[in-house]
Amino acid sequence: MTERAVPSVEEGTASGAPLAGAEAAPTLVDIRNLVKYYPIHGGVLRRKVGDVKAVDDVSFDVRRGEVFGLVGESGCGKSTLGRTLIRLQPPTGGSASIDGEPIFTKKGADLKRLRRRMQIIFQDPVGSLNPRMPISDIIGEGLLAQADRENGWGNSANRTKRIEDYLEAVGLRRDFTRRYPHEFSGGQRQRIGIARALALDPEFVVCDEPVSALDVSIQSQILNLLLDLRREFNLTYLFIAHNLSVVQYISDRVGVMYLGKIVELAPVEELYENPRHPYTVALLSAVPDSDPRTRKKRIVLRGDVPSPAAPPSGCRFHTRCWLRERLGNPENCVTEEPEFREIKGDHRVACHWAEKVTEGTVEKAAAESVTIDTAEPISAV
Amino acid sequence: MAVTKSVLPGGSGRPPSLDNLLEVRDLHTHFHVMDGVVRAVDGVSFAIRPGQTLGVVGESGCGKSVTALTIMRLLDMPPARIGETSEIWFEGRDLLRLSEEEMRHVRGNDIAMIFQEPMTSLNPVFTVGDQIAEAVMQHHAVKRRAAMDKAIDSLKAVGINNPERRVMQYPHELSGGMRQRVMIAMALSCDPKLIIADEPTTALDVTIQAQILELIRTVQDDTGAALMLITHDLGVVAETVHDAIVMYSGRVVETGTVEEVLLAPKHPYTEGLLSSIPSKGKRGARLNVIKGTVPNPLNMPQGCNFAPRCPYRFDACGPHDPRIEDANPPDVACWLYTAAPGHGIPPRVRPRVESEATA
Repeated sequence: MTERAVPSVEEGTASGAPLAGAEAAPTLVDIRNLVKYYPIHGGVLRRKVGDVKAVDDVSFDVRRGEVFGLVGESGCGKSTLGRTLIRLQPPTGGSASIDGEPIFTKKGADLKRLRRRMQIIFQDPVGSLNPRMPISDIIGEGLLAQADRENGWGNSANRTKRIEDYLEAVGLRRDFTRRYPHEFSGGQRQRIGIARALALDPEFVVCDEPVSALDVSIQSQILNLLLDLRREFNLTYLFIAHNLSVVQYISDRVGVMYLGKIVELAPVEELYENPRHPYTVALLSAVPDSDPRTRKKRIVLRGDVPSPAAPPSGCRFHTRCWLRERLGNPENCVTEEPEFREIKGDHRVACHWAEKVTEGTVEKAAAESVTIDTAEPISAV
Repeated sequence: MAVTKSVLPGGSGRPPSLDNLLEVRDLHTHFHVMDGVVRAVDGVSFAIRPGQTLGVVGESGCGKSVTALTIMRLLDMPPARIGETSEIWFEGRDLLRLSEEEMRHVRGNDIAMIFQEPMTSLNPVFTVGDQIAEAVMQHHAVKRRAAMDKAIDSLKAVGINNPERRVMQYPHELSGGMRQRVMIAMALSCDPKLIIADEPTTALDVTIQAQILELIRTVQDDTGAALMLITHDLGVVAETVHDAIVMYSGRVVETGTVEEVLLAPKHPYTEGLLSSIPSKGKRGARLNVIKGTVPNPLNMPQGCNFAPRCPYRFDACGPHDPRIEDANPPDVACWLYTAAPGHGIPPRVRPRVESEATA
């Protein structure tokens, strides 16, 4: 990894701008070969008959102070990755560390201490707040669980003060503590979820689709808030989303996932301007643009994402790959798994033929992109 | 660009224009609930010409889906109530005054609807073939065998390969994108003249969304059907429709061609909506926000519904309620463009008057 980081430094001074400027910040979270499989049971005896390979050997690092965007379509494993990383579920394999401390091997009191450093904001602002609890309990529960002599959160007056402070920090009124979730709108509920996560003073926050359930006008309020809070509390975000424009807006670096693997990773400008994985190219071209003058050249992918229980051999994208088709179906896409290699400083891609992705090939592919094409069966599982 | 505006004067009782396939006039759909009256649709008028694509844009709760359901007469009444002056003209008939029997013939045959959630709108205990064939048999005097053939044809038309096998499958055996194709096949099976698509791609991933939008476009080109596309996604609107109406809390606040609405928005709400979309040019800067939230439908503000959130609000907005019909031309419901009662020249003088004159 070298100095090549594209975000312009001048803009970096504006509010909510990328902190990761000219030089790469030190690594905060380091993920090595993370694997998460879910067993499939079948037959009369409910024996294990296979695995859903939700996350399959993923390695990357999140740098201190940055927003790392993770994009991909539903079922690609991005949420599983986030949840496994902060130990909401046990990993199948691999390792991860935060600030040098291993995450997956901690137990008991050590684990509890670790949990405070890593929090999560959920997608569904309705489902993630207990309807029977007033806001003070929703935010206070974590404080109580993490109370110790040092922070004094066991003391009810301290706790109330802290809850009110955080309600204020997320733009809600201090006197909302006695209210219940149903009294709030979707945007306000999401603010409560954010207050709950931040009240524990984490360094690293997994934002799992925090704005997807919200209307555009509310979405922008929450995005602004997340960026403000990052500055105020020196946070690092792993921002998981399927909305590519949101990820482009908020992230410093972006990883693209497909069927349990990261297929491309680069600083945000580099990824959006110069995508090198054929999947990333197609994904970006599929986003509708709100400017009616730009008729995009679009590559329409064929069919659906294959089942993660039986991912294709070699490169997992080869069944839908437009580039492979243009190159005359080279053999190694099917037989060899592409290495996740660096093609340029800080830009990594898992494709044998990434060098063939040029403006020319993309344009041609888009021009010839078959519009109505048959959706392939999702292979009878 | 043609100057045909999508909004018409409401409740006039005059016969519909022959140019229009669908004319909605002064539509009011209110829900009488325990706490009061929710004016979900409050005086909405618009028209769709044959073969036209009209986008209906707005955030959740603005009344766009209720408008569609009212046109299809799919709402339970009560609690829903439709205003007495409201009219929905479709091919010379007022749909609101048809009998249930006649309406059943219109649904599917003349107007078909594609719903947002393909999983819940398909019946899980019947095969997709049965469900399409049922619709065909409802509307045409054909035997089951012929209806099944028609089902296979329509699945083929929406790009599903191996349709002979697919008709035997149940909805849970299909992916989200495939289910949405089945829904579209079902909507097309009776050759409707108008397709109402209510958020047809919202539940789908972008790559699948691109497939479905492409499909809807092709189908429309092939069949010449008109399309009313309801969505909250301005990108989808920009790519798919010719004309758009923007709704806010039960009202149409702006209308025009898609270029007019998205490139030169007039209403402060449309302007705010567009500027709050994150995009690459806005990186590093704060996003514009529309402050506050949509008003409580049980407790609407006095005057303009958008006034409490509007950055340009002035003394005319509080007491007076702007109506799009009063504007000249009728393309925006805002006192910035129309002289409010007791107020002189509106703050934003309209530069469009000459172009109207030349047209």
